[in-house]
Amino acid sequence: MQQETPKQIRFVGKLDPDFVQKMWRGWKKVKFEEEMDPQFAEKVASYPGCNTLFDCIQCGTCSGICPMGSFMEYAPRKIVGMIRAGFKGEVLTSYTTWLCASCYACTVECPKNIKITDIMYALKQLAIKEHMHPRRLPIPVLARQFFEIVKKFGRNNEGKVVINMYFRTNPLLPLRNLIMGIKLYLRGRIAFTQDKIQNIPQLTKILNTVKM
Amino acid sequence: MKDQHVHHFEHTDVKVGVYVCHCGINIASKVNVHEVVEFAKNLPNVTVATEYKFMCSDAGQDIIVQDIRSGKVNRVIVASCSPLMHEITFRNATQHGGINPYFFQMANIREHVSWVTAEKEDATVKAKALVAAAVHRVSKHTSLEKKYFPVNPNVLVVGGGIAGIQAALTIANAGKKVYLVEREPTIGGHMAKFDKTFPTLDCAACILTPKMSQVRSHPNITLWTYAEVENVSGYVGNFTVQVKHKKRYINADTCIGCKACVDACIGPENIPDEFNEGLSYRKPVYMPFPQATPSVVIIDENSCYHFTKGGCPPDFSSKNGHLSPQLQSLLRRANECFELRDFQETLKLTKEILKSSPEHQETLFLHAQTLYQLGMINEATEVMRNVMVKERCVAACPKGSVDLYQTEAISEIQVGAIIIATGFKTFQGERTTQYGYKRYPNVFTSLEIERLVNASGPTGGEIVLRDGKTKPKSVAILHCVGSRDLHSNRYCSRVCCMYSLKLAHLIKERTGAEVYNFYIDMRTPGKGYEEFYEKLCHENVHFIRGRAAEVTDWVLSKAELGKLVVRAEDTLLGMVRRVPVDMVVLSVGLEPQTDAEEVRRKFNISCSKEGWFLERHPKLAPVNTFTDGIFLAGACQGPKDIPDTVAQAGAAAAEALALIDIGYVEMEPNTAFITEENCSGCRICVALCPYTAITTDPVKLISVVNPALCKGCGTCVAACPSGAAQQNLFTDEQIFEEIEGVLEYV
Amino acid sequence: MSYLYYPGCCCSMKASGKAYEESLMAVLKKLGVTLEELKDWNCCGATMYMAIDQMQAFGMASRNLALAEQQCPNKTPELMAPCSACYVVMNKTKHFIEDYKEQVGTPIRNALKEAGFTYTGKTKVRHPLDILVNDIGLDKIRQHVKKPLKGLKVASYYGCLLVRPYSEFDDVHYPRSMDNLMEALGASSLEWPLKTRCCGGSMTGTVEDAGLRLSYIILNEAERRGADVVVTACPFCQTNLECFQQRIQRKSKGGISDLPILFFTQLVGYAMGIPERELGFHRLFVPFHFSPKQVVTEGVE
Repeated sequence: MQQETPKQIRFVGKLDPDFVQKMWRGWKKVKFEEEMDPQFAEKVASYPGCNTLFDCIQCGTCSGICPMGSFMEYAPRKIVGMIRAGFKGEVLTSYTTWLCASCYACTVECPKNIKITDIMYALKQLAIKEHMHPRRLPIPVLARQFFEIVKKFGRNNEGKVVINMYFRTNPLLPLRNLIMGIKLYLRGRIAFTQDKIQNIPQLTKILNTVKM
Repeated sequence: MKDQHVHHFEHTDVKVGVYVCHCGINIASKVNVHEVVEFAKNLPNVTVATEYKFMCSDAGQDIIVQDIRSGKVNRVIVASCSPLMHEITFRNATQHGGINPYFFQMANIREHVSWVTAEKEDATVKAKALVAAAVHRVSKHTSLEKKYFPVNPNVLVVGGGIAGIQAALTIANAGKKVYLVEREPTIGGHMAKFDKTFPTLDCAACILTPKMSQVRSHPNITLWTYAEVENVSGYVGNFTVQVKHKKRYINADTCIGCKACVDACIGPENIPDEFNEGLSYRKPVYMPFPQATPSVVIIDENSCYHFTKGGCPPDFSSKNGHLSPQLQSLLRRANECFELRDFQETLKLTKEILKSSPEHQETLFLHAQTLYQLGMINEATEVMRNVMVKERCVAACPKGSVDLYQTEAISEIQVGAIIIATGFKTFQGERTTQYGYKRYPNVFTSLEIERLVNASGPTGGEIVLRDGKTKPKSVAILHCVGSRDLHSNRYCSRVCCMYSLKLAHLIKERTGAEVYNFYIDMRTPGKGYEEFYEKLCHENVHFIRGRAAEVTDWVLSKAELGKLVVRAEDTLLGMVRRVPVDMVVLSVGLEPQTDAEEVRRKFNISCSKEGWFLERHPKLAPVNTFTDGIFLAGACQGPKDIPDTVAQAGAAAAEALALIDIGYVEMEPNTAFITEENCSGCRICVALCPYTAITTDPVKLISVVNPALCKGCGTCVAACPSGAAQQNLFTDEQIFEEIEGVLEYV
Repeated sequence: MSYLYYPGCCCSMKASGKAYEESLMAVLKKLGVTLEELKDWNCCGATMYMAIDQMQAFGMASRNLALAEQQCPNKTPELMAPCSACYVVMNKTKHFIEDYKEQVGTPIRNALKEAGFTYTGKTKVRHPLDILVNDIGLDKIRQHVKKPLKGLKVASYYGCLLVRPYSEFDDVHYPRSMDNLMEALGASSLEWPLKTRCCGGSMTGTVEDAGLRLSYIILNEAERRGADVVVTACPFCQTNLECFQQRIQRKSKGGISDLPILFFTQLVGYAMGIPERELGFHRLFVPFHFSPKQVVTEGVE
């Protein structure tokens, strides 16, 4: 991002330096066209099912129905608007996409049949590809763990995935959830042995062939 | 009229002029016009080849006229746009020059070439081929004459809403005879249901009912309500239309609308009133609404006891309880026996009844008895009905207008022009399940609110919840229900924003409630419309830009208990809002009538993808259809508000008047004809002709084409096994020559 | 009637949805439905996988679809996926292969071909609820009911993925099939608007507060409307709503009380008189008790 430094601006009269600094920061709210990525929308639209994003009329149905909307920094409607405008940095670094629970409420409600959930998936993949996803958020870590384990063994192991995630994000969490874990174990609802499929080479072959 | 069977060999001294148009840059940017001109100069018989920026301009046409007048050319080719656009222009220019207009041929190098070809070279090659084809073809053209047919001066208007009323009155006032056919029992359409109209807020009834009574009393208008067009045949200027009069069970000519029958009717009183959108109830015999025109009642055969039970049951109510309990039980038993067709027993019981109640029509009974003994069971049954259970409405009618044995009747009329004004239907709210219409009682459609607001509506203008008494303290109006939504209708219904604003104003005015409008885009283009929106902004009505995501009743705060909650994002503020309200109004969109497809087929007109009737040209022929002599008015062509509907109805009336006032129609000569000596009389063409234009000559046993009905589709020409069927302007000779032109060059 | 059975990682014998599998097996056995497990099935490629690499996720799901075709070469394979996430992902894969031929269809088909499969797309992915209601039919279920659940107020919770966006057996906004099933068991089903609202899904494990909040909304509304029990059709929902209930109670400062969360198959089996042990009732965190006494008190009120 290229912006002028504060030194280059001269104010008439004497102003509180703090105030000047604040006013200066205010400039960040103005979005300069050169900071945009004009190809961003096309890039997102190239994912399967995502070219519908150009149909958006910004009606807000998706944000209104989204159960996770209140936790997001940009609601789904804004995300779609920002993609179209080219706000690549903001979109890919935001928590929003990772907070999508993929419940498909928006996809079902959208009056223009925009596959918003699939756009969110596209953004997650793009963010990981460009290494822009929020670093301290546990969700991408969990996803990564899930991905690795499933790719290796063909099947998931809930216990293992969760514990791996805890150790990579907040090692104190397992302690907090110890009681729940014990309770689950006592009821036979948790397992730590890895289940795997027999024909792993076949699966690997498929996965390597379709790699994006 | 020229005899079609004679070919004129006028091409002995053919001199062709080729005029290539640039069409600004529409053609010239893709086609090398100069190259085409040079190419044309070397084609056979071409004496003049030239180019011009706009051939359709006066100056362009003048080039053609001058060349013909100076004797340089006697055949004309213009290589330009589609014949749909300018064929008539250049034919006129050709005629103006002094030769037969059908010595002209058009080569379409815009729609068929420059607009659809990617490469410049390819475009030029194709343009040359098309010009060569036209040059070849035109040498085989013969001189043809247009045909003229007389026009019937009567007009049929289908649909008696505000569009049909306006069109009918305009034509009738011009002194022409109009048949107005309406399928509902009364004219008035949707407008009759409204209370106020936007943006002026004048009362719909005050402006509509005078027009309705004018229709009723106008000497030039024949009004047929509760009637439907059954069949249409014929052609522009000479349509034959069959109109079916449905069974109203009332003689509409004698009924004076006194409603004595309604008072007397003892039928069920809980039938949802269609006119009030089911918000009130009516009897089987009813007047749709007080100002119904004509002021004639109607009997609903689905609920009237005469049709559902075979007759009015004996009146056991204490209200007119002059019958003794003994007599009542006798009547009941007699009724049962009668239903079981046990006439012996019935007669016995009836005699007893007559003994105790001599005022029953004894003679009728004796009459029935005689018939029965003669074995005429059906007739006896008929008479017995009258003895047993006299229908209350029949007895009450002072004019004898109730006719429970009415049958459907068909009227056949001759008209020269038809105006279709069949209107629209509103979107069914229950189709958008997320808004809970019919699941939550206090979700209403806008048409229901129109009836609630209406002073002559079910509540006398009180806006109340479904319980019938509580006034709402807060109301949410949801725009775009069934519009701009790929799950229902893609298009914008145009009127909803404005009527939602109107309803917001009326609700605010009548109840003082908080009113929330949830909209996607506020669309107020129209005279005085934006000002109306401004006015609403000053009335403290809430506007939330965001389509309502759902209407629900789950609760997150105390204030939401017992209310409906509308969830939506306020997109301008970027925040999700939960608005608890007492009443939700769905601003439902407009849809084509359910049977639009059937009507379309009946009148042989076209429909758009959504089902709206298609106009011939969206800008330049907005009330014409693709069928000559049939015009469109009002919302059957697309969603429209009242001002636009009335304007369009006037335009349709003017078009119809223009057609019938001149007294004749001109027909293109490109019709089919049969070469007598080649026709074997196999009649294949007779069965295939979609316009029933071909008949068999009873004497010669060959086919004959009626040029007035022939539309020049060419079906018979293609089907004729012996080549006897030919078509003017498309003779085998001309078409082969055209093909040769293309092939020769390629 | 016979179906192919796709257990999925969460429903399999080792994971949190164990009770679902047990009860489903017991109920279908009783109704005379035979199941055959899909041989060598792999993970469906659900949400998490899709976030990293969508195409690979489609590849995983399509392997299962192709396996089903291989296992049932002579008829239309009907693959029963009890987990809503598996159900939706496999259906989505089918749709994407058809709808986006160039972007998805061709690469997936090629990959499957290289791995030795032929993919025709004839595999039908079915959910047990769909099978119970539409294939077996409520009449047959009614005949099997031994202990009618008279007086039990059941809130049917479908979860977000069951009826949208690719399933076709019910309305996306206001489904009725599970309600009808509950009524067939003699229970009274609760009319409530949160039938398809998201329970928080995978969020509970990662951004816990957000996930718990969503679960709280559902539990609170069910309780406010007087539900005795919530039935669900998804192992995720069950875990979220049940295992985290104590934590939600703490967060909401006692805003909700204990509410049993059952799989719908557990309640079906219960009404059919199958022993509780076989239905996995012992695995519940919040025990479920139903006594006809409840009916009496309801009646008195």
